[in-house]
Amino acid sequence: MIYLDNAATTLKKPDCVVQAVTHALTSMGNSARGTHDSALQSARSVFQARSSIAKLFNAPGPERVAFTKNSTEALNLAICGLFNQGDHVITTDLEHNSVLRPLYRLESEGIITLSVVPADKTGRVDYDDFTRLLCGQTRGIVCTHASNLTGNTLDLHRIGQIARAHNLFLVVDASQSAGVLDIDMEQMGISVLCFTGHKSLMGPQGTGGLCVARDVDLRPLQVGGSGTESFSPTHPTEMPTRLEAGTLNGHGIAGLGAGVDFILETGVERIRRHEIALAKRFYDGVTNLPGITVYGDFSSWERTAVVALNIGDYDSGAVSDALWEDYAIATRPGAHCAPRLHNALGTAEQGAVRFSFCWFNTEEEVDTAISALRELAQ
Amino acid sequence: MKEKKSKLIVTFHTVTAAMAMESACTAAGMPGRLIPLPREISAGCGMAWSAPVEARAQLEAFVKDRAIPAKGWYELQL
Repeated sequence: MIYLDNAATTLKKPDCVVQAVTHALTSMGNSARGTHDSALQSARSVFQARSSIAKLFNAPGPERVAFTKNSTEALNLAICGLFNQGDHVITTDLEHNSVLRPLYRLESEGIITLSVVPADKTGRVDYDDFTRLLCGQTRGIVCTHASNLTGNTLDLHRIGQIARAHNLFLVVDASQSAGVLDIDMEQMGISVLCFTGHKSLMGPQGTGGLCVARDVDLRPLQVGGSGTESFSPTHPTEMPTRLEAGTLNGHGIAGLGAGVDFILETGVERIRRHEIALAKRFYDGVTNLPGITVYGDFSSWERTAVVALNIGDYDSGAVSDALWEDYAIATRPGAHCAPRLHNALGTAEQGAVRFSFCWFNTEEEVDTAISALRELAQ
Repeated sequence: MKEKKSKLIVTFHTVTAAMAMESACTAAGMPGRLIPLPREISAGCGMAWSAPVEARAQLEAFVKDRAIPAKGWYELQL
């Protein structure tokens, strides 16, 4: 099998991740519920993971890293925990439903008003639109770092400057960029950074979290067991316990921490260069094939290693199925939980076949995928 | 049960702060270890740093220098 669905989940994990999860499953107790060796092993593992994540994103410190089960939960926490009655929020057409649906829900409940920066037919935005959409009640910008459909990025330095200039919160969905693009919370002026563990951070599913700037307080979505202050009727307010009710996924977090350590040791830039070289090789090999339409803006390679395309007017599901059945190449077809961007690209009906590359893919795999598409396009 | 001795106990608001204490103390060779939070301080659960009372000044300076968010300092017979 050639696995090119890494934007959904990275299948191949570093050996250290597998070993960390195995070790955790066989040796770790509950990370905050005692001081015997098994409990402390787990607490140390969770603390190490927080520290590594804070280092990777230049977050204020390990205590500002809270774990969730994925980006969606982190984004719900950030969006529902930050905005209040009457606030105006700006987002973009590039967003995944994990951003859009929490915002739509607050909007439909009459809590916030929402404006959306439009994308053009290649998925690009006009950054002046962020400023044009401001009003007196604008409280924050919620946006992705990189589109899961096209791989195109938003310039967080630029959006962060706008947020700083107008005293706005900046909530970033880093689901597609964490571990492969530079993220510096302080430099970029990010208030809350939401990430998932199972994609480019190379960890297990069921792991994710959010990094919260020091001057930002989020209302928790859940309260309950905390391991401290048992007789208090209220949940502790200190970070990260504030946002973490109940037992953490210590076994998964051990793997996530190992994945982040692998990235720190390998280097984000080295990983990015490898993945982008593969994506560029693939793009160059398919973009001029007859009947192939590639989506997104390829004028710059400041992007993630995602190439979405269609063959003629064939159903993207049929193309993806043929790639799997006839060539054992795994891709993702259909709609990609990014309805507004599909509308902008004109792929709402057809969907798109997404090829996404990772650190463990090879040039040979890319060349096989190009050959397969050449045959299918004939 | 063992005979009780006077101990220095440092408490924290969160397990994360307790782990920061352990990590920093281990790296710097400072005395002490994590124990369950004694009931004299709270009937709740949680963990605390336990060290010889003679190390109090050394640990207070260390915690201040490393900006570790300690909640309280106690000397107890444990």
